Amino acid sequence: MKPKMNRRSLLEGLGGAITGAALTNLLSAFGARAQGMTTLPFANGERPLVRYPGKRPLIQLTARPPQLETPFSVFDEGVITPNDAFFVRYHLSDIPLSVDPDAFRLEVKGRVDRPLSLSLADLKTSFEPVELVAVHQCSGNSRGFVEPRVAGGQLGHGAMGNARWRGVPLRAVLDRAGVQAGSRQITLNGLDRPALPETPDFVKALDLDHARDGEVMIAYAMNGEDLPWLNGFPLRLVVPGYYGTYWVKHLNEITVIDHVFDGYWMSSAYRAPDNDCVCVEPGRPATATVPVRRFNVRSFITNLADGARVEAWAPTLVKGIAFDGGYGITDVLASWDGGQNWSETRLGYDLGRYSFREWRIELRLPAGTHELKVRAINRIGQSQPITPLWNPPGYTRNVVETVRVVAA
Amino acid sequence: MRNFPCSLVVVVLLTQAGDAEPLTYVLPEETATLRPGPDMETARDNCMSCHSVDYINTQPPVRGKEFWEGEVRKMIKSYHAPISEADAKTIADYLSNAY
Repeated sequence: MKPKMNRRSLLEGLGGAITGAALTNLLSAFGARAQGMTTLPFANGERPLVRYPGKRPLIQLTARPPQLETPFSVFDEGVITPNDAFFVRYHLSDIPLSVDPDAFRLEVKGRVDRPLSLSLADLKTSFEPVELVAVHQCSGNSRGFVEPRVAGGQLGHGAMGNARWRGVPLRAVLDRAGVQAGSRQITLNGLDRPALPETPDFVKALDLDHARDGEVMIAYAMNGEDLPWLNGFPLRLVVPGYYGTYWVKHLNEITVIDHVFDGYWMSSAYRAPDNDCVCVEPGRPATATVPVRRFNVRSFITNLADGARVEAWAPTLVKGIAFDGGYGITDVLASWDGGQNWSETRLGYDLGRYSFREWRIELRLPAGTHELKVRAINRIGQSQPITPLWNPPGYTRNVVETVRVVAA
Repeated sequence: MRNFPCSLVVVVLLTQAGDAEPLTYVLPEETATLRPGPDMETARDNCMSCHSVDYINTQPPVRGKEFWEGEVRKMIKSYHAPISEADAKTIADYLSNAY
């Protein structure tokens, strides 16, 4: 940390006119090298830790386009994931590297009575702002643990995060534009583009009813600050309870259409088996698929890593996080004997039904090796499978997680 | 004296142009390289036109030829990568040998 502070002081001393962004870039030129390596606990899980401008060292999955994973220890720091630790996922490599906040416009067009071209100032001053704490999670979070292994981003559990989003309800923007009768969906596009013009641009769609539910948000701030660049500056969609694929970054184009959008990123990508378990027999193809939608239930132990040593019979705090697709977590159960017996844990402060929910329990463990497990249940009774479910793209993993600890 | 208001306008315009300067972001340089092996260059030249090769390096190990043929096919069919049939076969062979 110290050298960075010195560089900052030096640069600030050199010229007060250097903007924050320019300063960040200069610092990145000095400090962007790998900050070491980390190993995710699956085969071929070695990854560099790389510091991007505005981010602390994160687990780099890919460089072009950037895909960065949050180190798991961050989830034990609190239920809100800091902006500088929040994961990054892009699909196409021509990502925006220059944005003029004064010239930026969000276009709302298609089947509307009044097409809009909204500046950031319009969004911030002429609409009533809303705030919501919501988990953002990649559909492929935890894919590296899927067995048999499948192609795709080989992520640990760090492609998720929980933030307080601030912005404008998508409904308010659509209402101002005046959606025409007979419309079916909206499509969402951002400033990122493919390297080749032939590659399908990253465009997503939402049903109009969903888009107008009052909760889907056009966010301009995250945890009290502008969106971090790599998390979609200056605008991104927030789709509470839904997988990250819909949370279009650098959002600049909303189009109202009268049919079901059939672009590649809806009709071919981000589709999972069309059944209740979102699963097929391991290694088999899915016969019918639907777009991934709402999160299933997940829970994690955050304060004890696999292989941790604790004192036998002494009070041992076990704590972590749980979340679901927005029904709300009602119970979190913990087991220290590999899942034979389960105990109710104490839930932490409720930040809303889309947020991480902290849970904790104190255990006195006998000497020996123990399998700690955690399982959450939501308001409609959904929970997590004890054995993993499998699907070809490795989406929506939510098996009951296990942490082995040694009490001595 | 009659020039004075004009200069003032110029100053104001310059100041506004300065305020509207776009924000920029600089990505760290890309460092991943492909494993050595026969025809590595064919894979490098084709794959790297769209993405860094850590996309390849981080895939599960020793998945075999079918896996890599599938990946190359996906790049051509889904993402319209302009890879010739001959190159596609060469790349899949290289990947299944080197990874």
